Amino acid sequence: MIAGGVTAGSALGDAQAAAEPAPTSRVALTVNGTRRTVTVDNRTSLLDLLREHFGLTGSKKGCNAGACGACTVLVDGQRVNSCLTLTVRLEGAEVTTIEGLADGDELHPLQQAFIEQDAFQCGYCTPGQIMSGVGCIKEGHTGSPEEIRESMSGNICRCGCYVKIVRAVEQTAGRK
Amino acid sequence: MHPFDYTRVSDTREALNAGRRGGRYIAGGTTLVDLMRETVERPGALVDISDLPLREVTVTERGGLHIGALVRMAEAAAHPKVRTLYPVISEALELSASAQLRNMATIGGNIMQRTRCTYFRDVTADCNKREPGAGCAALHGYNRTHAILGTSDHCVATHPSDVAVAFAALEATVHVLGPDGERTVPFADFLLLPGHTPHREHALRNGELITAVEIPALPRPLRSGYLKVRDRQSYEFALTSAAVALHVRGGVIREAKVAVGGVGTVPWKLPAVERHLVGERPSDALWEAAASRAADGARPLAHNRFKLELLQRTVERQLRIVGGTK
Ligand SMILES: Cc1cc2nc3c(=O)[nH]c(=O)nc-3n(C[C@H](O)[C@H](O)[C@H](O)COP(=O)(O)OP(=O)(O)OC[C@H]3O[C@@H](n4cnc5c(N)ncnc54)[C@H](O)[C@@H]3O)c2cc1C
Ligand code: FES
Ligand code: FES
Repeated sequence: MIAGGVTAGSALGDAQAAAEPAPTSRVALTVNGTRRTVTVDNRTSLLDLLREHFGLTGSKKGCNAGACGACTVLVDGQRVNSCLTLTVRLEGAEVTTIEGLADGDELHPLQQAFIEQDAFQCGYCTPGQIMSGVGCIKEGHTGSPEEIRESMSGNICRCGCYVKIVRAVEQTAGRK
Repeated sequence: MHPFDYTRVSDTREALNAGRRGGRYIAGGTTLVDLMRETVERPGALVDISDLPLREVTVTERGGLHIGALVRMAEAAAHPKVRTLYPVISEALELSASAQLRNMATIGGNIMQRTRCTYFRDVTADCNKREPGAGCAALHGYNRTHAILGTSDHCVATHPSDVAVAFAALEATVHVLGPDGERTVPFADFLLLPGHTPHREHALRNGELITAVEIPALPRPLRSGYLKVRDRQSYEFALTSAAVALHVRGGVIREAKVAVGGVGTVPWKLPAVERHLVGERPSDALWEAAASRAADGARPLAHNRFKLELLQRTVERQLRIVGGTK
């Protein structure tokens, strides 16, 4: 499987790419508490690993270039853009996605807050927003609505739910 | 994306060996993976340097700062020594990219990041930086965000880094390790003007590794800060920006360090503005007079003439913010 994105390239390059099998690597990592070992094409992004190999389609592909935040997950507890993370680099890493946030049937407080605050419309950006919000709260950037907004600026919402997203993060941080 | 081999190295010797064999270092990957996906970058082998011991911030004997190449942007911005000694660095970092990207990206990778010129990023457009001799589509294309300083007839792309503007202002040094040992490069010589060779962007020799950026000690008290002007409030590159550091004693400016971003093909130091400030007393009139020199030598393009005045005002405002008025 080849990571998506712009496929423009020189014909020569593509011919070369087809001539030899693309290098692969074996990687062992933990996703939402489950240890998994995979052999991947070195080009596979974490986002594509999650969506295409593991069927975890909660993390979304908006831009595939670090510019929208829809693919945000936690790697070793830190929020990152999974579209710019190569799987091959994740040996031993712990990954948490939106699917791993709830405790059984009990939603994570920030998931609950998104519902209570009505912090989404189409929902496309929401998994990324929530994972980023978890990072934001953990990093302690919740001193004021302005600070939350700045710290959450890496997540674009085309439906414009920003005010309510900030409220949901604020509500969850306040309860901690 | 083109296929590539991957190795993860555990010490600098191993890294240099792999680098000498043509391997490309990958740190945070936020520039490299993005450009590989666009096929702008096509390395045949990646050398993962994340395990190298280059992740510390230390105060130097003289009271400057030594920032390891693998320190994450978020870590550097939050570091207590960076915050207290050089607020201009932490402010420039906090106003860069997004929280997610700052968790991934490193200081070494940041100064090596490549231009955001859309023609450079689009492999179907003409770009001398990407393909020497192809021509520059930006020169007569849509060039609102492009450079007005340090340009040539071959390239008008800006260097997009914010923290590099702070490094330029503070006259930092880049520590580099190569097969022949260590050397240091003054920041002013590290990033290269495009001239006739816009594809040559930095002073690193083949396989050399950046190990740290060092900020020299400056006389105290030192007030400093970074102002960034952009099309949206956050998560956007600069149209103009200003890094300012001032040492004021006895009511007189004794040292002034000023550089600007978003306007140059490299971070742009403003010695004429600095000279205008030194020996003077802070005042609104001084800020205005000094800032009037900020766009000296600028060559605007069809769509970015607005940057001339915006730049002067950005510098004036940041001088007032850092220097205050009496
Ligand atoms: C959407 C988006 C918005 C952004 N906004 C901003 C912004 O507002 N301001 C800003 O300043 N930046 C911004 N950036 C750029 C970002 O800061 C850089 O991509 C990042 O700093 C690069 O660091 P990295 O560690 O990820 O580098 P990598 O991608 O790992 O490497 C970049 C280059 O540096 C080389 N390299 C890395 N480390 C070393 C080393 N130690 N020695 C020698 N060579 C090395 C690599 O080989 C590669 O060529 C943005 C990026 C994105 C995607
Ligand atoms: S898909 Fe990763 S940031 Fe947009
Ligand atoms: S809810 Fe639709 S993009 Fe955010």
